[in-house]
Amino acid sequence: MILSKEFRKQIIKSLDEDYRLNKRKKADFRDINIEVGCLSKAEGSAKVTIGKTVVIAGIKFNLEKPYPDTADKGGIMVNTELLPLSDPDFESGPPSINSIELARVTDRTVRESGVLDFKKLCVEEGVKAWFVAIDIVPLNNDGNLFDAAALAAVAALYNAKFPTVTEAGTIDYKKLTKEGLPLKGFPTLVTVRKIGDHLILDPTKAEEKFTDARLSIASLDKDTLCALQKGGEKTFKLEEISKALDLALAKGEDLRKVLKGVCK
Amino acid sequence: MVFKRKDNRKQDEARPITAKVGVIDNAKGSAYFKIGDTEAYAAVYGPRDIYPRFLKNPQKGLLRCHYNMLPFSGMGDRVRPGPSRRSKEISMVTNKAFEPVVMLEKFPNSGVDVYIELTETDAGSRCAGICAASMALADAGIPMKDLVVAVAMGTIGKEVLVDLDYSEEAFEGEEVADIPFAVIPRTGEVSLLQMDGIISKKLMDEVLKKVMPAVEKIHKIQVDAIKAKYGVKK
Repeated sequence: MILSKEFRKQIIKSLDEDYRLNKRKKADFRDINIEVGCLSKAEGSAKVTIGKTVVIAGIKFNLEKPYPDTADKGGIMVNTELLPLSDPDFESGPPSINSIELARVTDRTVRESGVLDFKKLCVEEGVKAWFVAIDIVPLNNDGNLFDAAALAAVAALYNAKFPTVTEAGTIDYKKLTKEGLPLKGFPTLVTVRKIGDHLILDPTKAEEKFTDARLSIASLDKDTLCALQKGGEKTFKLEEISKALDLALAKGEDLRKVLKGVCK
Repeated sequence: MVFKRKDNRKQDEARPITAKVGVIDNAKGSAYFKIGDTEAYAAVYGPRDIYPRFLKNPQKGLLRCHYNMLPFSGMGDRVRPGPSRRSKEISMVTNKAFEPVVMLEKFPNSGVDVYIELTETDAGSRCAGICAASMALADAGIPMKDLVVAVAMGTIGKEVLVDLDYSEEAFEGEEVADIPFAVIPRTGEVSLLQMDGIISKKLMDEVLKKVMPAVEKIHKIQVDAIKAKYGVKK
């Protein structure tokens, strides 16, 4: 990949004319496809494709003792692994800071939106509650893993069915019930990237390399935000933030439509 | 007694197989191999620089296979992420399965990484991983003497079965043996052999006789998948 100053100049020059090197306009997404229930051993699953970026999410349930400060609640845990299979730049080893940030931002998109009723996950206060593990991995990375991971997480949650609990209190993962998670609402995450003075959505991997700053924006509807995360080396001006929020809220609605279409 | 298999599967019949080549855009070569409910993706990167650098060898290249079960791929509880003793051992025997065919001397001082990720497992995951990796290596254009074909042979009681699923592997009524093979089809040589369970010498001889027919069927599926990507007519 060419990473020269000249290439950067070229990218910015074409952005001045609202034209990206991949022929998209600044706020255009690539084609999105969501497939749910694609894995047979997970209790819920989804595969999200945005252009050439592919991520899969799998849900596993477990019964555990609730945390002492939230004795009447279950919980979720989001984990991501940036598989070396998906990108030559990802390396084996303990989770990198990028992987941790991706997991934390996805976690907050789901958690802070309040769409999942944690109280209903409690089986017996202080003794037993459902904990939902959401594992997300890329199969191919061509940029915008943040937005893809959030879509995959929410779609997989909607696809999930509780496993059966035997009389002895153990979980039978082979027999799923018909009961889904206590969910209402569809949080979406849209990450706005700043290159020069331009704000773009859904960057490819090549465009990500030139990102000066990014702002991941989770929303619940067309004017409700539920999580924010600023990243990247440079800064945003206040008016840029406001503009980014408008962009993300509008695009979030589009993503929500796609999500609603596949989650029943 | 005739052991009755699920879905009226014959004793010498593998579960339905789907094979695809070129499924991961970033990789130099990649493949997907699904057999029953066991699903593997493999991606090949390289020949490329090796880190740590002391592993460089001016005589021959380094092949590194990495087997990994994803957290949601197991039959029961979530699989903890990160390498386990089991996954390290499987990575090692997978590597050994390929060393006889991959012409390492063609890429001195560099390395080829093969990443195998299991998204669903219902027994036979190392074999599915090897089948996927084999096609991915070919797709990447890594010089090889042949493809490698892997199949999980097994026995229940006195019967020889091809491609055990988990319910068969865990069958409790009779003595069960689980015997994964990796075979180089051109020469019929075996590059991976493991066995767990109880089996007599006589029955093992029976297994050895039935490996090649099973291998040939899977080999054909692999070759067809590669030809499909490169537009070669069957």
